[in-house]
Order: sequence, then structure tokens, then C-alpha cells
Amino acid sequence: MSMTMTEAETHKGFIDVRDMGVTFGANDNKVVAVDNVSLNVQPGEFVSLIGPSGCGKSTLLSIVAGFVKPTRGEALLDGKAITKPGSDRGVVFQQYSLFPWLSVRKNVEFGLKMAGVEQSKRNTTARALLDLAGLLSFENHYPDQLSGGMKQRIGIVRALATSPQVLLMDEPFGALDTQTRVVMQEILTNIWQQFRISVLFITHDIEESIFLSDRIYVMTARPGRIKAVIKVPLPRPRTAEMTDTPEFMNLVQELKGLIREESLAAMAPEIKDRGLSGFGMKVGPKGVGEIF
Amino acid sequence: MGSTATAKIVALPMVDKHADPEPVETKASAAQMSAAEIQVPEPEPIPTVSLTKVFLGLLGYVTRERMITALLACISIGALFLFWYLGTKYRLEFYIRFKNVPTPYEVYQQLTQVGLSNKYLFNIAMSVRRILLGFMIATIIGVPLGLAIGKYERVRDFFMPVVEIMRPIPAIAWVPMSIMLWPNNEASIVFITFIGAFFPILLNTIHGVHSLDGVLVRAARCLGASEIRLFMNVILPGSLPHIFTGLAVGMGVAWVSLIAAEMISGQFGVGYFTWEAYSLVDYPAIVLGMITIGVLGLACSGIIRMVGVLLMPWLAFAPGGRR
Repeated sequence: MSMTMTEAETHKGFIDVRDMGVTFGANDNKVVAVDNVSLNVQPGEFVSLIGPSGCGKSTLLSIVAGFVKPTRGEALLDGKAITKPGSDRGVVFQQYSLFPWLSVRKNVEFGLKMAGVEQSKRNTTARALLDLAGLLSFENHYPDQLSGGMKQRIGIVRALATSPQVLLMDEPFGALDTQTRVVMQEILTNIWQQFRISVLFITHDIEESIFLSDRIYVMTARPGRIKAVIKVPLPRPRTAEMTDTPEFMNLVQELKGLIREESLAAMAPEIKDRGLSGFGMKVGPKGVGEIF
Repeated sequence: MGSTATAKIVALPMVDKHADPEPVETKASAAQMSAAEIQVPEPEPIPTVSLTKVFLGLLGYVTRERMITALLACISIGALFLFWYLGTKYRLEFYIRFKNVPTPYEVYQQLTQVGLSNKYLFNIAMSVRRILLGFMIATIIGVPLGLAIGKYERVRDFFMPVVEIMRPIPAIAWVPMSIMLWPNNEASIVFITFIGAFFPILLNTIHGVHSLDGVLVRAARCLGASEIRLFMNVILPGSLPHIFTGLAVGMGVAWVSLIAAEMISGQFGVGYFTWEAYSLVDYPAIVLGMITIGVLGLACSGIIRMVGVLLMPWLAFAPGGRR
């Protein structure tokens, strides 16, 4: 197949994030979203970034994609500083982000059209990718005619059409129901198996990150820092049955513990304000009756 | 790989059945996904039966809906004519007076007498020409300007103060100024028509750009779209539904402005025809002029709507969109 990468090409796609800091606002309204984060994705590696909501994991992805400039530090792709969005980095968004006015095939062709590839070649590539996603017979449909899972499969192959060195995925299955999500994970791991490009995958789903990744970065609550890096020793190709193995379960437990601490830390101010007990809060010297 | 692949083929459809409306399709895809070594896919089974059923059901639904729509339209127009007919037949006098109002038959006679006369047709042709000119200029200026104002903050800061001041001035208020500004009568009427159409088109285009989902712009940038390609391939098509709303509203206001301008300063045109009939106490011709204006306006909006449907076929499937 024309889209399958040769061995030489798989050695590109090295993401290197160094001492990254992101601050929003100024003076009194200053919010430190990301603080002193360093991470990397080796060529052809599948890396997940997991953490409680608001920990700045999407901000990190936006920097690597080129939408946001960091306050401190730098993000490099194959040694070159990332300054703006480009087709060397495919991005898959949580909101499907397909162009509703273009047919499914034209959506997949979009990046190639922007690159000035001629129509017949675009057509061939798009059809091959749609075939890979199992949606070739829907090539002339509009995105609004498809289900969420189908749309996101198109989103993935659209991002792959320009042969990027890396794929950045921002909670791509977050809007899908649980059943579809599980199937999509299997489809993604299979597609990745064929392309073998570097992937930076943002999620808050623990099982999802273990099933897909080679390595998992766990982030702290705001300000986001790297709390731990977990290696996933499960063999490739991954299959659905692996999720029942003890190794998998142990990893889930380990990650759950790490994430729970951070989620509680993230919510601590709210919990304190409401005076809820059960988290080590006191209710008052005369008991609850005093409040009413 | 082989054993895991077969296991997946069996397992997948059961899970996916609830999620995707096309289980047959997904099953085929899953088979391809897992069996990476199969390069040439087998022909995929297409769910023809169910699709045909859905299509026929939809067709039946649409035609029934359309019949009700057409029936209600006939009743509503019929009721108007009946009211007119009864009012003129019995010469009703209850605050509104039907004493001088011509009967439908008199208007019909008027139509058969002057309807095909060169003078009447020439008036129509003049009005249509003015509308087309004014409307086209308004579209050619309004849409690109609206896209630029919607996209760039600096362009908005520069143009919006002028737009906000000019916008509340109705096109009719431009008549004296227009006569002073333009060298001839024809140009000043086209200008007034342009003014009428311009602001709805401009403002709806701006709104269209603003309501465009930002994630689509980001997606396009990631796919390597340059600024100019972003405009042509994302911002313009993404704003198109709102632009067409602007065109339809603009066309309506253009007709209002045109008729007013023709009545005040015109030579020829349907507005002029109607006003002249009033001056000459030719009552049936007044009503004929009015009906002509109504039909022409309807035809123009109809054409815009038709072009919209042809240019934006995807809207038929948009959630909450046109059915």
C-alpha cells in the first residue's frame, strides 16, 4: 500500500519538550497552567499523557501542534523548534472537526489539496485510507450522515493523509459512548501498527492509555507537572483479551492510585468550601444541628 | 496475528452494534483493520435492502408533508382572494372602505388588457434590471468585506464604526442624497437598491464567520492551509449558510427600496407603474402593480433559495437543519 512507511522514514518524528512552562493572564490573574514539564516521544513510539481535568495536558498538545506559544521552554520536532501548525503533525480533535460541506473523501483529501497534490493522486490516496478505515463505501456521504465513531475514524485517516511524522490526539474518543470507544481503540492500535509513526495521545481514561501506549506520562493537578512515567510492557500487537490479564490489571491499579491523588488535590478547594466531611474535614464543635 | 484477528472479527460486531447504525459495514472494516496483511479488500456488502426501505419511507414522508404544505398554501391565498372578492362585491364599509377598490375580475381584465403590452413588460424589465444590478454589486462588495471584517479584528475596527452609523439609515432616506450624488436617475435608483441589499448581506456574512466553529479553522491549519486557501476552502463555505440568509433578506429589502425609489424619483419600473396608475385614478392598475411586485419579489427569493439548496447539499443532513 502506498501509504505504508518504509523503515527509513519511521526514524523521524522525535518530539522533545524541554522545561516547558505556560502561564495565562498577567499579574493578579496569573494562572500557571503547565510548570516545568519535560517529555519526549521517540520516533514510532505511542505515548499517552494522562491527568486530572484542568492539568494542562491539552495545553501541552496545543503547543506541540503549534497553536499556543509556551511562556518558558521549548518544543522541538526532530530538533527543530515548533512555531506554527503544519502538516508534518497530524492532529485529531475531540470534536470531530470534519468539514461538514465536504464529502467524506474530500475531507480526507483536504491536506493533500492544500499541499497542491493533483486530483487523481489525491483521490487514490484518500480512497486507500478510507478503505483502511473501513469507510470506502461512504466516500460520497457527508459527515453529518455518519455516526460519531465513523466520523472519528475519518478524522484519524484525514490526519494521516499528508504522511505526517507524528500524530497528536486530543481526547479523540472522549465524545464517544463506551462500546464505540473500545472498538475505536482497537482500530487505532491496528492503524498505528501499520504506520508506526510517533503518537502523542491525550486522555483521562486509564484503561485506554494502557491499552494503546508504550509509555504513559502522568500529570499532576494544576499547575501541571510530570508526576510519573509508566512503561507499558504489554506485547504488540495489542488485543482486547489483554485487558483481562493480571499485568494489565496491575497497571490499572497503579495508575488509578496516582490519578486519584491528583484528582482529589484538584478538587480540594471546592470540597473544603462546601464543608463536606469524609475527606478529613471537621463539622464543627456542636455538630451538624448548628448549621440549620 | 492470525488467531487474534479472527477472534476480533467475531467479537467486534457484538460490541459495535449498539454504537454504529451500520453494523454490517463496521464488521467488514474491523476485519480489514485487524488483518493487516490483506491488502486488497473483498467487496464490501452494501446494505441495499435497508437503505432502499429508509429512502422509500423518507420519500413517502416528504411527499405527504409537501401535500399538506401545498394545501395550506392554497387555502391561505384562497382566503385572501375570497376576502377581497367579498369585500368588493358587497362594497363593505366598516372603517376600511372597499368603495373604490377594484374587484378581482377588474384586475384580471386589466392584466389581460395591459398585461402583455410592451409598456407593462418594459416596466417589469426595468425593475428587474435595477434589482439585479444593485443586488449583484451589494453581493460582490458585501460578501468579501463581511468575510474580512469577520476574520480580522483590525479590519473590523476600521469598518464597523462607519457600518454602524450607516446601517440605521433606511434606503428611502437616501433618495434625495442619491439624486444629488449620481449623474443620472438610473444610477441613483440602482444605488438605493444596492444600499437596501448591502447591509443585510454584510452583517449576515460577518455573523457567518463568527459562528464558524474555531476547531475547523485549527484543523485546516494543521492540514497545511495557507491564509488564502483557508479563506476559500474553510471560511467561505463555512459561512455560506449565513451568507444565503443575508442574500434572501437583502433581496427582500432591495425590492422595498427599489419600489420606494421608483415611486419617488423614477421613470419606468413597477413602482413607477403603480404610482402613475394612482395619479391617473386607474384603480385596477394599482392592484395589478402591487400583485406584480409581490410575484417578482417571490420569484427572486425563490431563485436565491434554489441556488442555496444546489450550492449547499450538505445542509439537508445537518442536525436541526433543513429537512
